[in-house]
Amino acid sequence: MPTIIDVKAVSKRFGNVLAVDHCSLSVEKGTITGLIGPNGAGKTTLFNMVAGAFPPSSGRILLDGEDVTGLKAHELFGRGLLRTFQIAQDFSNMTAIENLMMVPAGQTGESLFSACFRRGAVMAQEAEVRRRAEEVIDVIRLGHVKNERAGNLSGGQKKLLELGRVMMAKPRVVLLDEIAAGVNRTLLNDLAAVVQRLNREEGLTFFVIEHDMDLIARLCDPVIVMAAGSVMMQGPMAQIRNDPEVIEAYFGGSPAAEAS
Amino acid sequence: MPLLEMTNIHGGYGGANILNGVSIAIEADQIGVIVGPNGAGKSTTLKALFGLLKVGEGSVVFDGRPVTNMAPEKLVLEGLSYVPQEFNVFPTMSVEENLEMGAYVRRDSFRHLIDQVYGFFPPLKDKRRQPAGELSGGQRQMVAIGRALMTEPRLLLLDEPTAGLSPRYMGEIFDRIVAINKAGVGILMVEQNARQALALAHRGFVLAGGKNRFTGTGADLLADPEVAKSFLGGGADHA
Repeated sequence: MPTIIDVKAVSKRFGNVLAVDHCSLSVEKGTITGLIGPNGAGKTTLFNMVAGAFPPSSGRILLDGEDVTGLKAHELFGRGLLRTFQIAQDFSNMTAIENLMMVPAGQTGESLFSACFRRGAVMAQEAEVRRRAEEVIDVIRLGHVKNERAGNLSGGQKKLLELGRVMMAKPRVVLLDEIAAGVNRTLLNDLAAVVQRLNREEGLTFFVIEHDMDLIARLCDPVIVMAAGSVMMQGPMAQIRNDPEVIEAYFGGSPAAEAS
Repeated sequence: MPLLEMTNIHGGYGGANILNGVSIAIEADQIGVIVGPNGAGKSTTLKALFGLLKVGEGSVVFDGRPVTNMAPEKLVLEGLSYVPQEFNVFPTMSVEENLEMGAYVRRDSFRHLIDQVYGFFPPLKDKRRQPAGELSGGQRQMVAIGRALMTEPRLLLLDEPTAGLSPRYMGEIFDRIVAINKAGVGILMVEQNARQALALAHRGFVLAGGKNRFTGTGADLLADPEVAKSFLGGGADHA
């Protein structure tokens, strides 16, 4: 399988803390790849660099073979990489379905000229966006609350809505940050089902940080284990769960580098 | 009679429960350690005990008195003291001012208690005029624990006292916790560094999914290979 995200010997230093230490890993196209590790392992820092939140201190990051090291999040979005869930963000005064319709970039109606002189084109596109949004709202199982203000949705429903916004944007690879945090079991099953469907039917690649090991086991293959800033092992969860080194990393704790 | 007995605690924030039946019991003068994977409900258990989270079901008894859902300031008078994981010092105040803040409930002289804290944590004495925010992570943790000791608690609650510390400071903090316990203060702490913490525990509680998964002496839990494995999920009733 071709590689979509290729992290090559990436390091990140904050003051005297080496949070990520010559870390190399790759995410293959079409997979749901999990990233786990004890607290302080450097997962979130690595994720932040892949998502363009800040550049690495050294090393390179490739997206689909192109060097994207140091590119900003919005530039990566333009190249089909999208991160979600660090906080479920929404336009709380708009309805669920309107939130979905906000997503696609470059709508014809967004220029004043078009709005005045190309009403036909604008309306045709608007209709297409609405059709797609109606489709998506069913996939994310929020049809029953589509006219509800997004601000009134539960935390789990907001995450579903966020996944819907991902679908509207049609990226190629999605970084999912803590899908299970603060979500009840029923909604979590819905979220997992939507992720699996997007992966299977739309060929979306997912790179997932998650603390819920059972969700990781259900969703991800392969799973990459980070400890002390670099990759400890990679494989299917069943194998990882029984690996003595991994068990010890979790159980014995992973002392962070000297804190300031 | 146990000093602390939490029985079948249920509770959470708003909608879904985080705690689904946690039971913790420790005797006076014991060290109890709560460990488990992320999201197991460890810190939430301490918060429920210290009145920072509403207990929906279950009971908390401290020294024979029911204290379920009692307010934190009342629990301090009952003999409990709590050190949160973060934001646990006043960064612009000096070390000694931080300790004085801890003594806010006292009407009598507390100089001897400050000296006692300096006895437990000698590095603080040298830095007593320095703002707590300028200290290293390990020393800030010492200030936070020292501040909690100023009310002369019978049970000290510590939420991840070694989080983010270097191995050297981790060992030092653990040594100090043992010394405080030997001086007659019961300890109940949540820890991320499970192996090291269980090694000092009289009683260990491994939580998963908001309830007890394993309970026993620290030594028993360390000897059971299933305990370490449980940190990676896959338990029977944790699906």
